[in-house]
Amino acid sequence: MTALVEEPVAVRTTGAALLELRELVVEYGSGPRRVRAVDGVDLEIRAGEILGLAGESGCGKTTVANAAMQILRPPARLVSGSVRFRGDDLVGKSAEELRRFRWRNVSMVFQSAMNALNPVMRVGDQFVDAMRAHERIDRRRALRRAGELLELVGIDRRRLRAYPHELSGGMRQRVIIAMALSLNPELLILDEPTTALDVVVQREILQQVEALKRDFGFAVLFITHDLSLLLEFTDRIAIMYAGEIVEEAPAERLAATAQHPYTQGLLQSFPPLHGPRSRMTGIPGSPPDLRDPPSGCRFHPRCPHCVPERAGLYLRQTAERPVLREVAPGHRVACHLVEEGLA
Amino acid sequence: MSALEVRDLSKRFPVGGALRRSHVHAVEDVSFELRPGTITALVGESGSGKSTVARLLARLYDPTSGAVLFGGDDVARARRRRDVLRYRSQVQIIFQDPFGSLNPVKTIRHHVERPLRIHRIVPREQVEERAHELLRAVGLVPPEEVAAKYPHELSGGQRQRVAIARALAVEPKIVLADEPISMLDVSIRIGILNLMLKLKAERGIAFLYVTHDLASARYVADEILVMYAGQIVERGPVEQVLAEPLHPYTRLLLAAVPDPARKAGRIEPRKGLASAAVDPPEGCRFVGRCPIAIDVCSRVTPPLVEAKPGQAARCHVTAPST
Repeated sequence: MTALVEEPVAVRTTGAALLELRELVVEYGSGPRRVRAVDGVDLEIRAGEILGLAGESGCGKTTVANAAMQILRPPARLVSGSVRFRGDDLVGKSAEELRRFRWRNVSMVFQSAMNALNPVMRVGDQFVDAMRAHERIDRRRALRRAGELLELVGIDRRRLRAYPHELSGGMRQRVIIAMALSLNPELLILDEPTTALDVVVQREILQQVEALKRDFGFAVLFITHDLSLLLEFTDRIAIMYAGEIVEEAPAERLAATAQHPYTQGLLQSFPPLHGPRSRMTGIPGSPPDLRDPPSGCRFHPRCPHCVPERAGLYLRQTAERPVLREVAPGHRVACHLVEEGLA
Repeated sequence: MSALEVRDLSKRFPVGGALRRSHVHAVEDVSFELRPGTITALVGESGSGKSTVARLLARLYDPTSGAVLFGGDDVARARRRRDVLRYRSQVQIIFQDPFGSLNPVKTIRHHVERPLRIHRIVPREQVEERAHELLRAVGLVPPEEVAAKYPHELSGGQRQRVAIARALAVEPKIVLADEPISMLDVSIRIGILNLMLKLKAERGIAFLYVTHDLASARYVADEILVMYAGQIVERGPVEQVLAEPLHPYTRLLLAAVPDPARKAGRIEPRKGLASAAVDPPEGCRFVGRCPIAIDVCSRVTPPLVEAKPGQAARCHVTAPST
């Protein structure tokens, strides 16, 4: 990927980032039952790019998105870190300032968003409500824009008169995406947007998002457990495990030269559709309980390269938390093996 | 030798009120067989009828017509309790949600031992030992420890293994696995598929693997059945069908699978609507979405024709009946 050469490391710390998360720590609950769901996450989304965030259930990826939108609700709380949008820190902003920021700058589509439509209101009226909550626009113009957006996501504009139950799950999810775009946001967050849908509908929707992105130039944060989907639809991918980002790289580079054993294991978890059929292994064990995360590297109990025979390395793996280090421009990995040149 | 033979199985569900009664043709004229030591994948989109087939075979529904032959008897119509019990002890079903299928207030021991007692698989004094063997067989070790736990103390993958151990308790000849991995984390899915491969090889179990995921079907299955709108539209050896699909719907499904190796892969957005077959008219049910349809397709329902050795499809264009 040419972007590797064209975008030097320095960009990451300058104002080129649209959304910038720094040292983000989010906890659920308090006292001894406290769970640190996000533990020191750094992430940036640049204008116009599609960033994928992958990880298994409970790894904290949705919590990251909620923190970015500043919609964390108790028992979740932001312990430390910053969330900057175009350099402006959102942490500590008033409810009114945040309300304006949401939808206009950033909008979010949730996994079961298709169930978020009001069942007793026509689709068109729900568009009008959403738009008028954020800007002065008369009903006729709002409806016209809603119709245009519906057609952009492949739905006949006459469906503005439909009630949600008259639409299929895939169509409702498209309606939500059209609504999320109704105020021309600069960033669209998609949290498992197609997980409840089957493969054909999923592909149709993602192709449309891709095409809309090309036309409108918004950035996308795409969160899913399905790494194979990200490899195909994103520019850059960050892999989360147990509350931390363990690897981050341009999509094509990740597919070809993933270095973290967890990422490698994930890539080994998708059987291929072509080529020889060979036995695969997946990843042994299961994701850790974050109430009591493993010491050292959180992946070490499942890591095939963590063996007591290599005593020095084993000690580091089980006692010392690895930090993200750059191994190539734009490619960062948090792994002791990589640090010691053993990967 | 088939373990189970399905002949012209159909299931219709009534919809609408008494005055405007319609029927969803959820399953229509489905025929196939399950063979010992073979995994047969049944794939299709949501609403294609694939889960209904599994439930019909598990006798959770009664078919509208057709037969399910097991050891020469039509079990679809078996009414006597003894016959039903005998069938259920040979045919087990595993569901998608491994949490919903386990009782939260009972230990794992209870779940695995119960079928051993009910079906009197082993003498009472050997029940515990057999339960441990089963847990070991599905990779839950040490079995003594796992047996004492409650479902909420296990991960999703471990719970699905418990569901499999429970299904194996009665030494079934047939296991119907209805989307057994789609609710599990990606990293542990392969483990469950490998377990199915192991059980097929070691115990000669005939599996029906119901899924929407073509890649996992290719990984684990020997034969594949592709369903669309209640009908089997293509069937054959899995590698052959996925390498050279005959039916345009199989091709569409293949093109929709995320495939990093083929970043430019694009499918045509659909024109027609989803596959729900409410009072379907004569003709091919895929015709509204089909890129290669010809005149006859909207008039005549294509039969399943074996166009290549072992591979059959319902398509006037790619598998014409001579």
